[in-house]
Amino acid sequence: MNTAEFDTLVIGGGASGMAAALSAAEEGWKVVIVEREEFLGGILHQCIHNGFGLHYFKEELTGPEYAERFSDMVESSKITVYLNMTIMDIMKEGDGLTVYGLSMDPGMVRFKVRAVVFANGCRERNRGNIGIPGTRPSGVFTAGLAQRLVNLEGFVPGKECVIVGSGDIGLIMARRMSWIGANVKAVVEIQPNPAGLTRNIVQCLNDFDIPLYLSHVVGKIKGKERVEGVEVIPLENGIQQPEKMFSLECDTLLLAVGLVPDNELARKIGVELNQETGGPVVDSRLMTAIEGVFACGNLLHVHDLVDFVTEESSRCGKFVSEFLIGKRPEKQYRTNPGKNVKYIVPNYYEGARENVFYMRTLIVKNNAILSVKVKGTEIYRKKLRHIQPSEMIQFSLKEEDFKLIKDKGVMEVSIE
Amino acid sequence: MKEKKFDVAIIGGGVVGAAIARKLSSYDIAAVLLEKECDVSFGVSKANSGIIHGGFHHGPGYLKSRLEVQGNRMFDQLEEELHFPFKRCGIVVAAFSEEEMKTVQQLYRNGEANKIIGLELCNRARILELEPKLNRDVVGGLYAPAGGIIEPYRFVFSLVESAVKNGVKLLTDFEVVSAQRSNDHYEIRSSTGDIIFSKWVINAAGLFADRVSSVFGAEEFRIIPRKGEEFLLGRDSSSRPEHVIFPVPGAVSKGILVIPTVEGTTMIGPTAREQESKDDFSTTEENLNKVFSSARRLIPSLSQREIITSFAGLRPALKGGDFYIGISGQQPGFIQVAGIQSPGLTAVPAIAEYVKDLLKKDGLVLTEKIDYDPSIPDLPRIRYSDNNEIDSLIKENPAFGRIVCRCESVSEAEIVAAVRNGHTTLDGVKFYTRAQMGKCQGGFCTDRIVKIISRETGMDIGSITKRGRGTYLARNRIGDFEVKDEYSRV
Ligand SMILES: Cc1cc2nc3c(=O)[nH]c(=O)nc-3n(C[C@H](O)[C@H](O)[C@H](O)COP(=O)(O)OP(=O)(O)OC[C@H]3O[C@@H](n4cnc5c(N)ncnc54)[C@H](O)[C@@H]3O)c2cc1C
Ligand SMILES: Cc1cc2nc3c(=O)[nH]c(=O)nc-3n(C[C@H](O)[C@H](O)[C@H](O)COP(=O)(O)OP(=O)(O)OC[C@H]3O[C@@H](n4cnc5c(N)ncnc54)[C@H](O)[C@@H]3O)c2cc1C
Repeated sequence: MNTAEFDTLVIGGGASGMAAALSAAEEGWKVVIVEREEFLGGILHQCIHNGFGLHYFKEELTGPEYAERFSDMVESSKITVYLNMTIMDIMKEGDGLTVYGLSMDPGMVRFKVRAVVFANGCRERNRGNIGIPGTRPSGVFTAGLAQRLVNLEGFVPGKECVIVGSGDIGLIMARRMSWIGANVKAVVEIQPNPAGLTRNIVQCLNDFDIPLYLSHVVGKIKGKERVEGVEVIPLENGIQQPEKMFSLECDTLLLAVGLVPDNELARKIGVELNQETGGPVVDSRLMTAIEGVFACGNLLHVHDLVDFVTEESSRCGKFVSEFLIGKRPEKQYRTNPGKNVKYIVPNYYEGARENVFYMRTLIVKNNAILSVKVKGTEIYRKKLRHIQPSEMIQFSLKEEDFKLIKDKGVMEVSIE
Repeated sequence: MKEKKFDVAIIGGGVVGAAIARKLSSYDIAAVLLEKECDVSFGVSKANSGIIHGGFHHGPGYLKSRLEVQGNRMFDQLEEELHFPFKRCGIVVAAFSEEEMKTVQQLYRNGEANKIIGLELCNRARILELEPKLNRDVVGGLYAPAGGIIEPYRFVFSLVESAVKNGVKLLTDFEVVSAQRSNDHYEIRSSTGDIIFSKWVINAAGLFADRVSSVFGAEEFRIIPRKGEEFLLGRDSSSRPEHVIFPVPGAVSKGILVIPTVEGTTMIGPTAREQESKDDFSTTEENLNKVFSSARRLIPSLSQREIITSFAGLRPALKGGDFYIGISGQQPGFIQVAGIQSPGLTAVPAIAEYVKDLLKKDGLVLTEKIDYDPSIPDLPRIRYSDNNEIDSLIKENPAFGRIVCRCESVSEAEIVAAVRNGHTTLDGVKFYTRAQMGKCQGGFCTDRIVKIISRETGMDIGSITKRGRGTYLARNRIGDFEVKDEYSRV
């Protein structure tokens, strides 16, 4: 078996893996990216629509364009890249880590490294996860699979289409299907509010006269061979109203019902998972409880904007570098989601430096207040014009923000 | 045409037909296996609980019970020859009252009468020692160490591969719709007009055995489909038991079970409800909830959140509940193998022996083949191999080095093997390899598999299906549909 040694190995060459690798390599470390596809860029490749890079590059790029900016940088760096290689196994050995990568050529490779960055993205939730009853015909696709069939293979999944889920992926696929001549009959959303960005509701549904059924669920899939239709059931106060059920005929059902971090590998090495995000629990430096194992990007928590993936992952690369020179954080304290907050990442903070946080709220509200308290003392307050669960909130606390507190401890973040 | 004349035609490529075909392949006769679907094991045999039963549910008065006991014992040798996933994990029946313990004692007596070895009546401490995840309210139960689990479709695929290797002809997409007797043989016609001739016919058509019987003008009976819904939890469930867990059975069914499948997932089910339709495989939310509350009575920690998929199967039951296996009294050379509901899977090796004996009795001369080879190659799989083994596999065949299904770690070499073995639909590949069976249920690998099938078979991607006829995936290309002017992109 081939063996290779590096300072750090990055699992996944998507937006996240590339940013983490670049920033660690900048500090002079020997870095390797292992990517199972034949190209770098990850999920960006199938997102041929606009809307990437507005924050980071201050211009609007397509997914592949955004990916290319970074893969060019990786190419002109000293980073080693293995494409077409899947990481199968990772374990702690001695004071380092051993990682096994599988490829056709050179076969199985054993990597000996000092640090590993999990940047292997997320996967889609599917029919089984949301338990739609009914028959098992062909024609039920997750939206991401449908997107790959259309954008990468040139296939039309079907002619008459219903979409479950009004997140951005569902909305973008509604528009994409319309553009290729399919008839999108409805987008069905269980929540009373659309999950996607307002601009996508306008550009992807309204412009195509696609009805959006809020507070509705698909209660049943019909059809013996191919999908023949679905039963849609309205909800009132969260309770299904079966007597108001109506049917929609269709030959295709796209499920855009959310993403979850692809945490199988992380689980293998025994990383603790956060129940709310599905990703690893990490400290203020994005390191898991296992020495030298870091996580960032959609593997850590599902992001809606690639720009934030890049920002978080670049920081992760710097933390890896600090780890490699032997710097360890001072005492760290828990960060807890408080009132109306679904989750906050990272799960720890430290007092003596700038800390950047990402979080999601549970509510929809205009003019909300974000409040950060340590042991009951408010140390930070921010006004937010509009918040909703589908839009990630970012804020940072500077060293001086912590000066206000003498007695450090658990930090609670809430929204009102 | 010579190859269209056979001594025996077996109608139905389920586990029953497959086992009979393999048994007959060891003799010097010409046999054909006819299946209406585009692959074998697409009927009842793909959607069941996969349990090799322990021989204690009924006493020896039932044919099905005698064959179950006999069949169970034959699995070790079959596994050695055919390499399908099989494990004697044992069965535990959990009783929750003294009343239920009485039934357990009856089960024990059934087992004794059936001469089952190793059967054990357990007190509370013993049953909890065997299965610590059980509900603490358990009062005792039964332990049957000879019970086990298999992957049913892999079992059928292996049986058929072995049969074909030894000379049985397999015709898929061959739905028998009419038959005529002339001289000493039947002329059997398919829905697409293909014809074959055979001296003997075996009716192993599962849910449609009643229809096939009437096509041949043989006995009239009615198969009553009894639906069973099952729910599958992901690989790493912390509620996964060590043994198959049964409740104390009721009058019509064995109840809701918790099954640690051979491949590491956990299955819960099946329900049992009679229905008219033979093609309604729908599942309902109501039953999901029922199944879970029953299963939680056995193992309280089971969580609906871990479900990765669900499915339903139909038991091909006859009135009276027993198997119906025998030489037709109404048509010559026609053998009925009908009503093979549970424990059909378990009994099937014994059913094949039984049917072979019937054929002999009916005048078929059976001489053993000298070159009969009971073994088929054991295909290496990434998920069963360690890192060094994988490295040498890749050296031999680089396609082991490309992962196609990430949830179940299935390599391209395994997908190619499935396709070259004749499994050219998405479901066929799925049952052969487990690709699409994991957590993401094909969200990641479906397009990759489709491309491999197309490359290996030369089929156009648009003509690839989930499971044959009508179940197309994506048959149109961009540009096929007209786009409304106001919707087209600038
Ligand atoms: C459909 C869709 C539409 C979106 N639209 C927008 C938008 O309009 N604007 C915007 O800003 N953002 C958008 N996003 C979000 C953003 O693009 C993603 O969050 C971001 O690209 C994720 O990057 P990542 O590197 O974390 O994950 P990924 O891009 O998923 O990268 C993970 C990589 O890891 C590899 N990998 C996984 N496991 C292994 C393994 N075991 N071994 C080796 N390699 C492995 C994968 O092949 C993949 O390349 C969209 C996302 C999706 C899914
Ligand atoms: C929910 C459920 C759980 C079960 N659990 C267990 C268990 O744990 N243990 C156990 O031992 N048993 C179990 N069983 C029973 C077991 O699955 C069956 O006994 C067995 O699969 C029946 O096999 P078969 O070959 O008779 O039927 P099938 O697999 O249905 O095979 C019949 C075949 O005939 C074909 N066919 C029909 N008509 C024609 C025609 N006209 N021309 C050509 N081909 C035709 C069909 O397409 C089909 O492929 C279970 C059954 C169900 C439904």
